[in-house]
Amino acid sequence: MKVTEKDVAYVADLANLELSADERTRMVRDLNSILGHVDSLSELDTKDVQPMAQISDRYGVDESKKGSERFAYASRDDVKEGLRTSFPTDVALANAPDADGTFFKVPKVIER
Amino acid sequence: MDLTGLTIDSARSAVAERKTTATALAEAFYAKIEADDPKIGAYLILSKERGLAKASEIDRLAEKGDKLPPLAGMPVGIKDVLVTKGIRTTAGSKILGNYVPPYDCTAVTRLEAAGAVVLGKLNCDEFAMGSSNENSAFKPVHNPRDLSRVPGGSSGGSAAAVAADIAVATLGSDTGGSIRQPASFCGVVGLKPTYGRVSRYGLIAFASSLDHIGPFGKTVKDAAIMLRTIAGRDPMDSTSADVPVPNYVSELDKPVKGMKIGVAKEYFGEGLDAEVRNGVEAAIQRLAKRGCEIVEVSLPHTKYAIPAYYLVATAEASSNLARFDGVRYGFRAKDVRSLSDMYRRTRDQGFGAEVKRRIMLGTYALSAGYYDAYYLKAQRVRTLLTRDFEDAFKRVDVIVAPTSPTAAFKLGEKVDDPLAMYLADIYTVTANLAGIPGISIPVGVTKEKLPIGMQIFGKHFAESTILRVANAYEKAA
Repeated sequence: MKVTEKDVAYVADLANLELSADERTRMVRDLNSILGHVDSLSELDTKDVQPMAQISDRYGVDESKKGSERFAYASRDDVKEGLRTSFPTDVALANAPDADGTFFKVPKVIER
Repeated sequence: MDLTGLTIDSARSAVAERKTTATALAEAFYAKIEADDPKIGAYLILSKERGLAKASEIDRLAEKGDKLPPLAGMPVGIKDVLVTKGIRTTAGSKILGNYVPPYDCTAVTRLEAAGAVVLGKLNCDEFAMGSSNENSAFKPVHNPRDLSRVPGGSSGGSAAAVAADIAVATLGSDTGGSIRQPASFCGVVGLKPTYGRVSRYGLIAFASSLDHIGPFGKTVKDAAIMLRTIAGRDPMDSTSADVPVPNYVSELDKPVKGMKIGVAKEYFGEGLDAEVRNGVEAAIQRLAKRGCEIVEVSLPHTKYAIPAYYLVATAEASSNLARFDGVRYGFRAKDVRSLSDMYRRTRDQGFGAEVKRRIMLGTYALSAGYYDAYYLKAQRVRTLLTRDFEDAFKRVDVIVAPTSPTAAFKLGEKVDDPLAMYLADIYTVTANLAGIPGISIPVGVTKEKLPIGMQIFGKHFAESTILRVANAYEKAA
């Protein structure tokens, strides 16, 4: 599979990036170089191999327990009661590039 | 007394025995940072007010004759991907250049609760993406052993600070080797624990199923002391494991005689520098002299680790980094026409080249039509790589390997070739994919006096075992 300029534009769009013309040219080159190396994975027959998304469901858990029982320890005490301390508004907004004291402010979403 | 050259062990005794004070210790480190760090570039931000306040708290305890906590007055540095309340945390990125977190990372909270003094925040590759620290948006880090060379990455500042005596010990993060490889390049000890051993709460996420927090120290014992402090279940990270934390320190000196040390031929193949090979082989012989049995093992899927890793890691990164949109925190582009224009320009201007490359690769691997061929395929290969270790660990207690195929390379040497940079992680990514613990220890130097690192891998939650083997090597040195 060869990545084209068009693919790069499409993926940049999905990733909420714009990229300059130079960056796009470089990206075509770099992605092809990396994916060329990645293609070696196709040598492996994996149709009977389960995908592994994470480690935490395999190790350090009580294997005699199944499903959600196995992760019961992960329930947070503060969430069980439906109560959870959250940041006060001013703290939550303190890092915002633009805010009005109650809300985050962003440019207009709907054009008239 | 040379305050900045001390290990945790000796510095803590000096404070406890009132030979020095925590304040004098912190001030000695700040003076050395001021003198030496301009040519190294390890620190991004100093937290003098917070550090000195902690030091004087320890000194008051000492004056009263109270029992001191285990890290009383120990000056530590923190990789700048771990958030610190009220202290700017950038992840080495322009997009978080002005971010002041409203909370502390659990690992930092635990260090401070144990009496540690946080000197400041350490330089790293942007969002921990890199193997040379050259991707920091602010400045590169120079290897204290040879300033023309990289310190490794992404925790380059954390490794360099310990090597240059401008922190007693530090914290870093390791997603594909980012603790072990810089430890190897800088000639210090670096430990990546088992996945779930240390809470990730407050670690700015790169690839959540691969990210780990771990310590750097001058000695194996220091790494053990640091790990013991930060390890253990944390209700704020649901993936932190509910597994008791052993006393890594008291188990260090248990004998290693009769232990089975696995050597995997796949880690000694083409691309391994001859001097690094010789250094690691000599280290293995030294373990054999201590009574360990050397056993050849095979990890047959090793050559697929880099492709699998770079698909899984970038896919997760593309998702994790979607949150940087200029709305709630960090940088926002000026003069934008609309909301979507703001997102794009903010990310275009806020992220560096390597971060964009990984977001693009990850988005591509997850996109319709490519998901099965790339992302899902990589997850299946991850299972095979994990099974390789499970099978090998039926026969041996630990597996040793070089940490990196070469010693530290020159600044600028690989910046224009992303694939070459990725291949620098060839011996480290496997432990992240399988979630097993790994430690890198210094095992000599090359003719050019560059440190060589050896990794010791263990079974899940077998940190005690790898620390013991590492300690046995260090003691025999």
